[in-house]
Amino acid sequence: MAIVKTKTPIPEQPVEERIKNFDEVALGYTEEQALIEASRCLQCKDAPCVKGCPVNIDIPGFIRLIKEKKYDEAIKKIKESNNLPATTGRVCPQETQCEALCTLKKVGEPVAIGRLERFVADYELNKGYEIPPIVKKYDKKVAVVGSGPAGLTVAGDLARMGIKVSIFEAFHEPGGVLIYGIPEFRLPKRIVRAEVEYIKSLGVEIFTNVVVGRSVTIDELLKEYDAVFIGTGAGAPQFLNIPGENLIGIYSANEFLTRVNLMKAYKFPEYDTPIKIGKIVGVIGGGNVAMDAARTALRLGAKEVHILYRRTEEEMPARYEEIVHAKEEGIIFNFLVSPVKFVGDEKGHLIGIELQRMTLGEPDSSGRRRPIPIEGSNFVFPIDMAIVAIGTVPNPLISMTTPGLSVNKNGTILIDKETGKTSKDRVLAGGDVASGSATVINAMGAGKIAAKSIFKLLTEE
Amino acid sequence: MFEIILKKQLAPNVKLIEVKTPLIAKKALPGQFVILRVHEKGERIPLTIADKNLEKESITIVFQEVGKTTKLLGRLGVGDKISDIVGPLGNPSEIEKFGVVIGVGGGVGIAALYPILKGLKEKGNYVISIIGGRSSDYVIFREEIKNISDEIYITTDDGSLGRKGLVTDVLKEILEERKIDRIWAVGPTIMMKVVSDLTKNYGVPTIVSLNPIMVDGTGMCGGCRVTVGDKIKFTCIDGPEFDGHLVDFDELLARLKTYKEEEALALRLFEESEVGKVGHSKN
Ligand SMILES: Cc1cc2nc3c(=O)[nH]c(=O)nc-3n(C[C@H](O)[C@H](O)[C@H](O)COP(=O)(O)OP(=O)(O)OC[C@H]3O[C@@H](n4cnc5c(N)ncnc54)[C@H](O)[C@@H]3O)c2cc1C
Ligand SMILES: Cc1cc2nc3c(=O)[nH]c(=O)nc-3n(C[C@H](O)[C@H](O)[C@H](O)COP(=O)(O)OP(=O)(O)OC[C@H]3O[C@@H](n4cnc5c(N)ncnc54)[C@H](O)[C@@H]3O)c2cc1C
Ligand code: SF4
Ligand code: SF4
Ligand code: FES
Repeated sequence: MAIVKTKTPIPEQPVEERIKNFDEVALGYTEEQALIEASRCLQCKDAPCVKGCPVNIDIPGFIRLIKEKKYDEAIKKIKESNNLPATTGRVCPQETQCEALCTLKKVGEPVAIGRLERFVADYELNKGYEIPPIVKKYDKKVAVVGSGPAGLTVAGDLARMGIKVSIFEAFHEPGGVLIYGIPEFRLPKRIVRAEVEYIKSLGVEIFTNVVVGRSVTIDELLKEYDAVFIGTGAGAPQFLNIPGENLIGIYSANEFLTRVNLMKAYKFPEYDTPIKIGKIVGVIGGGNVAMDAARTALRLGAKEVHILYRRTEEEMPARYEEIVHAKEEGIIFNFLVSPVKFVGDEKGHLIGIELQRMTLGEPDSSGRRRPIPIEGSNFVFPIDMAIVAIGTVPNPLISMTTPGLSVNKNGTILIDKETGKTSKDRVLAGGDVASGSATVINAMGAGKIAAKSIFKLLTEE
Repeated sequence: MFEIILKKQLAPNVKLIEVKTPLIAKKALPGQFVILRVHEKGERIPLTIADKNLEKESITIVFQEVGKTTKLLGRLGVGDKISDIVGPLGNPSEIEKFGVVIGVGGGVGIAALYPILKGLKEKGNYVISIIGGRSSDYVIFREEIKNISDEIYITTDDGSLGRKGLVTDVLKEILEERKIDRIWAVGPTIMMKVVSDLTKNYGVPTIVSLNPIMVDGTGMCGGCRVTVGDKIKFTCIDGPEFDGHLVDFDELLARLKTYKEEEALALRLFEESEVGKVGHSKN
């Protein structure tokens, strides 16, 4: 059979339409498109793609089941190792994970594994999932701190193994970055809520409005629960620490995205949380967060949105697909520029940003070429809104209020990667809080490891 | 959902509510605050914990109705439920034995000052309180503050109660004559600025409790950032109390006006919808 060299394209909202709304950009495969794409898979015996997936989903397995139209079995196979398929199918950086190792890449484009995963996950969401039977119940209780992908995965896995789980979440809504960070047009909140409902249907209790370290401490939880898992992410925003950074109109990406996604500021005044959108917006950074912030600012009505990145497109950590989407939507990319100072008017409002041009030198510790300033190249670029998206680190609140919990210099919790164990007895951790900001699937992978070692810890005693 | 178990009107547009919050009541210490959201489409606003009751597992909040959310909160009565409340947030006040302390409270800030002075009294400090407001109706918590003060001075702009004038007039006189070990100032930002400028000349350490606009209240957005000395601090997780002599008040005052138009629009729409609902009489 002739090999089809290119991926079956996924239908999308037309550009001129989608930049005016927050609806999902990628509309997902129809059954017919999914069957065509599924038939491209060579069902390789050694299946290199599986090694690219941090939770080792049996990829050829579930694709074969799609080909045979056994969608219920296909989703069951995925859910053997992934509780949030509708999310990962949409947001996984497949181009650097499963699809990166697909055999077909040698002759053309890899199999669209993410899109197929999304297809069958959406199929189940529409049909309604059945709750897997919980075979044996143990008289053991685990507290999970944080309801992002890591926390939800630990909770889901342990509940399925018969352990009672309570999740404690600081915000008034669970989901972590999935609910406050990644915008509606990339990950509809109904998907996140449905996947949270699935975890609840396994018997997991979620307590929102609980800030661990303030409302209750880890040591207090250890008195009531047999083990504690910390999945509190890397939610503290980093600023540039350059003059003028407190002028009105300068947001961290976290504040901007939380106001818009979690608090629905794009529906003000129907929703009460306000947001101030500029005409000329500068987004500092080159990752997924910078892309999401830029494309959100555009949808809120900004006239011009500029990405200001100190390296070049090649070094940008953002997913390739999202860079393409941003370009299609008219986001303007300015490379090899680095902020020196923000400029404000007498009332303290932002009116510009002084940038310095860069060239690239030798690779630094991250393997990316180091930006080197060009003396005397400074110039002021007029903007009336800035969004700083240069990375986040773990919030110090938990390490500050938990004696005996060792953390690294940058605030990440020290863990044994094979088990998720921390320096404190009966306390495990995983996801961004331990790895630094990474990906949804890495957080889930860490959650799976921690769930297994908690189960072993509690049932072998 | 968190139930309101007590409600009182303290002054025009200033109300007190007691809310059932078991977790928060257990852990709350003087100087800490909560963030609440009245309903599903509401914004998250910070409010100080003015008092707590362990038996009733409740906290007391005293708020001034300034914009849509506080007015909405003001419409709720006993038995009504608030959608979300989280806390206790922020670092507790540093309450030690200093010697002679002065507490300066302005407007609704007096209620926020109360638990701090109470703690200071319990630690054996000699407590002088100076509380002020526009007119006698606005000087709230008089009894509560009097009961925990060794000396109390009251000022009103119009002289309808206590001395005519500002809290800073009395403060200046005391500082001229007596040795004071530490001062707390809680109230409108402009008042805290004036007090800090004054006490700087006398070299008396002065603590202020800042009230920037907030979103999460847990250190994840940076919206509440202020400049203290040469560092940027997040009020919700590094504060809310700071050394008043180091705070850049002008920057804070500017940032507080960020959403002036949006707040005015929200308030107008809310009051228009209210007129329709309750007829023309508004309490
Ligand atoms: C804007 C944005 C876009 C992204 N896009 C992608 C993408 O396209 N693909 C991808 O794979 N990854 C993406 N990422 C990265 C991915 O979202 C994270 O790696 C992942 O969410 C980490 O999961 P987690 O469970 O470790 O933490 P989080 O998702 O951060 O969840 C942590 C949770 O813990 C809660 N919490 C924190 N402190 C406390 C406390 N003291 N007490 C109680 N609760 C607490 C927080 O409120 C939060 O709900 C993106 C991240 C951002 C910010
Ligand atoms: C840590 C902390 C503790 C606080 N404790 C109390 C308290 O105990 N009681 C109380 O009444 N208020 C308190 N505040 C202020 C309170 O959060 C604001 O009054 C409230 O957010 C206003 O919301 P709104 O929607 O009703 O008014 P908005 O529509 O948001 O604003 C209406 C008007 O109020 C002003 N305003 C808005 N936010 C603030 C603010 N943070 N400080 C001063 N003026 C503001 C605006 O400039 C505007 O003119 C506290 C703030 C912080 C940060
Ligand atoms: S979870 Fe992510 S990496 Fe694994 S198969 Fe699905 S899309 Fe690929
Ligand atoms: S490597 Fe590609 S072609 Fe081979 S089994 Fe995996 S998805 Fe199919
Ligand atoms: S309110 Fe968001 S960091 Fe303080």
